[in-house]
Amino acid sequence: MLKKEIKEIIEKSKKWGWVLEPDAQEIFSLYGFKTPKYDVAISHDQAMTIAGKIGYPVVAKIVSPAIVHKSDVKGVVVGIKDDQTLIQTLDRFRKLDGFVGMLIAEMVKGLELIIGAKNDLQFGPMILLGMGGVGVEIYKDVSLRMAPLKKRDADHMIHELVAEKLLTGYRGVEPINMNALKKAIVNFSRLMMDLQDIVESVDLNPVMCTAKACTVVDSRIMLKS
Amino acid sequence: MDLKPLFEPKTMAVIGISSSNDRHPANVIFAKNHLRYPVEVYAVNPKGGKLHSETIYPCIADIPKKIDLAVIATRAELVPDVMADCIKASAKSAAVISGGFTEGGRGDLQDRMVSMAQEAKFPFIGPNCLGVYVPFRVDTFFLPIERMIKPDAGGVTFVSQSGGILVDHMIKFAQQGVGLAKAISIGNKAFIKEKELLAYLTKDPTTKVIAYYIEGFGVGEGRDFVLAADCSPKPVIIMKSGKTAAGNRAVSSHTASLAGDYASFAAAVAQHNIIEAANENELVSFCEVLSSYTKPIEGKIGIITGSGGHGAMAVDACSLAGLKVPELSEPTKTEVKNNLAENIRSIASLSNPADLTGSAIDEDFVACAKVMGASAEIDCVIVLLLPYIPGITLDIGVKLSSVSKQFNKPFIAYVPQVEKYTMLIEGFELNGIPVSSSIEGAVLMAKALARKKPC
Repeated sequence: MLKKEIKEIIEKSKKWGWVLEPDAQEIFSLYGFKTPKYDVAISHDQAMTIAGKIGYPVVAKIVSPAIVHKSDVKGVVVGIKDDQTLIQTLDRFRKLDGFVGMLIAEMVKGLELIIGAKNDLQFGPMILLGMGGVGVEIYKDVSLRMAPLKKRDADHMIHELVAEKLLTGYRGVEPINMNALKKAIVNFSRLMMDLQDIVESVDLNPVMCTAKACTVVDSRIMLKS
Repeated sequence: MDLKPLFEPKTMAVIGISSSNDRHPANVIFAKNHLRYPVEVYAVNPKGGKLHSETIYPCIADIPKKIDLAVIATRAELVPDVMADCIKASAKSAAVISGGFTEGGRGDLQDRMVSMAQEAKFPFIGPNCLGVYVPFRVDTFFLPIERMIKPDAGGVTFVSQSGGILVDHMIKFAQQGVGLAKAISIGNKAFIKEKELLAYLTKDPTTKVIAYYIEGFGVGEGRDFVLAADCSPKPVIIMKSGKTAAGNRAVSSHTASLAGDYASFAAAVAQHNIIEAANENELVSFCEVLSSYTKPIEGKIGIITGSGGHGAMAVDACSLAGLKVPELSEPTKTEVKNNLAENIRSIASLSNPADLTGSAIDEDFVACAKVMGASAEIDCVIVLLLPYIPGITLDIGVKLSSVSKQFNKPFIAYVPQVEKYTMLIEGFELNGIPVSSSIEGAVLMAKALARKKPC
């Protein structure tokens, strides 16, 4: 069963056809996913206060109902180290189409993965796991399964990735927390079953995985029209 | 809902008979069943009259017997009323051959039929289909009998959304020695769909392998089907077309773009223990091998050949198919060697593939097959058999078949397929060893066994 707060967020997002990032992050946080510390600023003062609380470096992202692909309009700035850059970024974002705020979030490092879902006409919610980042559609190193998934399915999906070795520890790099990743995949597949009447597709991209945890750094929820 | 009357009718009405045109689909269907199959066939047309010396009944209700299967081949706009007549006359099933429904902009007619059938629990197949062909039972295909190629009766049931693809595969099955249990053309699949047939066929004693040609599922129906197929005690094979249609649709998320319609299809079927055949060759090969062997393999292939080139081609194909061709251990190699004729020992290459050379005779093949049959290093043997090697006899098939049975291990043979070698090929096939006409095909068969997982 979906929490009331999740339902409310989805209800208010219907007018845009998709869920704005801060709201999407809220949904995943409510459903038990690890998300970075973040808040949304409109003014300079707000921005500096939020960044102060989180602590530099931070990442800044445009919040606008008109901008689904943030990178395409340079709407994501990572590694901001001081107030000056933060303010400059906010001023630039304000000029972008449909600006409603700037999301400021803690910088999270790790191996970039994508966990996604598509509500397929014939098969219902399909879950995707792959190597994330902007190159996802170029390398297409992904695995797909029909939801809901069990841990064993998550195992198989990880095993299907060409880049599996990058997850299990390659050339002295620590392996990521596989259990956290599998839990995230299984939990995500359950959420997609709960949302199947409402949601068209979802990207968690990237999910940053480290030896400790998997954190949903960016998320996008497209609603059914 | 009982589908048995559809496949094993004792009485059949063909509705839409013409009294003047012998090439009318209904007339073709009447003629090919009447006095040829163990089914009593009645002709129906509202105008009545005679078809040659047979009575044409004005309505199905006028037929003196209860009808198991009504074959409806009238104009589309008449079909709903004809179906109502069938239900009223307590007919048990129907095959609607007529076209011109959803595919011709008359979805309303189809909707009427479906709601009628749902209410009366009246199973009907089609519309816009060929219906059913069951060897020695019934044949509702409107193709003149002299033009049909019929495979031997056997274990494969093929369900197809396209009648043409179905008939083509009957030809391929006949060519490749694949036995057919039922051929079912489902056309618009308005009421009886893939899933209902799966439920029936998993219990059907003549069906050992269930194969589908699918263009697409209805909304949510793919999910229901794969979930049902996951627990099928019989292997389920799917060949899909329309894999690229969604390719250029604008999509707004990475996942929607990567998880295109076909990618989702392929993932969902593979996840649920369904074997996807990429093309016709795979389909025929998979059907043949899975009707011979039911036990899955891990994929450790032993190759026995009379030619080094064939062996190398087979190894490449195995590697592409994800199958292993393990090097034989020293003791196994020695055992093979000790059992070969003396003149072969010095010239044969006894790793894997085991190349027995063009000087080998039946007994060398059998000796090598026995060692591979007994060895745990190998779980499936592919024999590349060249009938033009002078030492090979027509008995090689039955000899190798008995080795396969002795060790309960699947053997697959490649034999070039020309009429001259038919008897040699039948020596394998009639004794239960599937034969492919290409090296790649033989490897595909092994691949199917490796893909099949126990439920």
